[in-house]
Amino acid sequence: MESFLGRYRNLTILVGVLFLQVLGLAVQVKRSGEAENTRLIRIWAVDAITPLERVLVWAQNSSGNLWHDYFFLRGVRAENRQLKQQIDQMRLEQVRLSEDAEQAQRLQKLLAFKEQVIAKTIPAQVIGSSGSDLSRSIYIDKGSNEGIAPDMAVITSGGIVGKVLRVYPSTALVLMINDQTSGVGAMLEKTRLQGVLKGTADGSVVLERVMSDEKVAPGDTVLSSGGDQIFPKGLPVGTVAKVNPGHEMFLNIVVKPAADLSRLEEVLVVTEKQEQNAVVEGNGRVRAADILAQRLPSVPDKPADTATTGSKIADGATAKATTPAANTQASSISTTKPAISQQPQPIPSVSKPASTGAAPVQPTKKKDSQPVESGISTPNRSSGDTTGSNAAAPRPLGTSQAKSPNGQLPTQTPASEDAPH
Amino acid sequence: MPLTSVPITYTSGEQIEVYRFSFPVTVGVPLLALFLQAFLPRRLPFFSIFDLPLLVTIFFAMARRNPISGLFTGAAIGLAQDMLGAYPIGIYGIAKTVVGYGASSLGAKLDVENAGARLLVTLGFYLVHAAVYFTVARGMVNMTLNWSWSRGILAGLANGIVGVGLYFLLDKFKQRT
Repeated sequence: MESFLGRYRNLTILVGVLFLQVLGLAVQVKRSGEAENTRLIRIWAVDAITPLERVLVWAQNSSGNLWHDYFFLRGVRAENRQLKQQIDQMRLEQVRLSEDAEQAQRLQKLLAFKEQVIAKTIPAQVIGSSGSDLSRSIYIDKGSNEGIAPDMAVITSGGIVGKVLRVYPSTALVLMINDQTSGVGAMLEKTRLQGVLKGTADGSVVLERVMSDEKVAPGDTVLSSGGDQIFPKGLPVGTVAKVNPGHEMFLNIVVKPAADLSRLEEVLVVTEKQEQNAVVEGNGRVRAADILAQRLPSVPDKPADTATTGSKIADGATAKATTPAANTQASSISTTKPAISQQPQPIPSVSKPASTGAAPVQPTKKKDSQPVESGISTPNRSSGDTTGSNAAAPRPLGTSQAKSPNGQLPTQTPASEDAPH
Repeated sequence: MPLTSVPITYTSGEQIEVYRFSFPVTVGVPLLALFLQAFLPRRLPFFSIFDLPLLVTIFFAMARRNPISGLFTGAAIGLAQDMLGAYPIGIYGIAKTVVGYGASSLGAKLDVENAGARLLVTLGFYLVHAAVYFTVARGMVNMTLNWSWSRGILAGLANGIVGVGLYFLLDKFKQRT
């Protein structure tokens, strides 16, 4: 025996080392179901690597900022002008969207829905990766010292990125949605079909568990469904890139992530979510039409009584029709009425249901709606509700939930029992 | 002396020379490789195709020509790489242990000083590494990995080309025993 070990010493040691590693691996796999604490050995390894990464990222950012902030300012003036115009347009868009959101909140309140909102986020910088082609995970420069905990959602303004897997004192490991071990509850925005978003070995993202007889088309928006208890409902996930027949009766839907996962630099960690009843805000808000009225030089000041009437229409205090179409019309009417004529328009024409109520105000709308539409600039309204919004900002995530499959809000009726389920 | 105890080698007297490295190089080069592997793919996404820790493992193992030293070098570098990742510790450790042992055993028998041999050896060990990794990951950790020969060989060649350059760079740190 001794001579055997001596003769095959190298091989024996190899087998011994491999056996120990296999044993260690087996123990980890067995414990993977249990609540896993971060192993001290990982902390040491991360502590050895990440400080250098921080320094390099800091140096890179500092030199980049120095160049971009002080030397390379070519075209900044033109860009500034363009951005200001963009801000103006987005302000109008924001007001319109907030009206839609409030409308949805009113409906949710009627139905006693609970909505989940992002209450607090922490910005973090990506400082490194796992260092493996087969594992899609990143390191961020915030850890338990800053309040980061496992299973927190990590997002960007574009869409979801992943979840916090392991937390160290000053860093955290984030498992991205394109890692093959990740899973995210997702749904298609238009059809509201739910599925599971999974990463693959080659780094692409697929939506699974959608039946093959469902209609899914490339370009469809995918949102988080909230079913995983990590990502709040309604966050943009990506768009459908390709639809293939999958295993058995399911489709294999390839999704292009909304966030550019290969070039992440800054992310937001959702540290606090709140579940609350839908809150309907008061009347002290600014209307898109009011902003337009201020901005257009040809529009004279509004008479007080007309403005009040317009607000009443849009607030739904007197109007029954609250579909987005009707709402837009109401906005148009309230602002543009004075521009054309000081005579108040007949209110009952708007207070009818959307399908019928729109007709009587058509002439006024045709004449006046042009500047409103160009100012608001919403070419793709159905998708713009969610994908265009900043996911980092606290916002009602149930907005899209209250919509019917065709993207329109159901007609509100005075009696709550008639409300759609 | 029995005939079986005479090792049959294909290396000349000059090539069988065993090298050693200073402590800073022994520790610093693998750490630098791990750091670059973690840092660069975020800035240069194509860099993820390279496996610098694997190249360093092959280099040290071939230069030292000692299987025990090679397997421990591979195990240490592989485990360190595992610690930075999201998966259980040991997958890379096992794969690089095998590579370290194989490279050092091969280094003692073959001329691995010229560029062509180094390219082929690196390609071969890249495939061995991938095979062991896939076996362990699928067999023990139940990961669903898909092997692609075209991608594997392409990545192996890319690593081989980078490896040839890296090995000539690291040759400067060699010290004769």
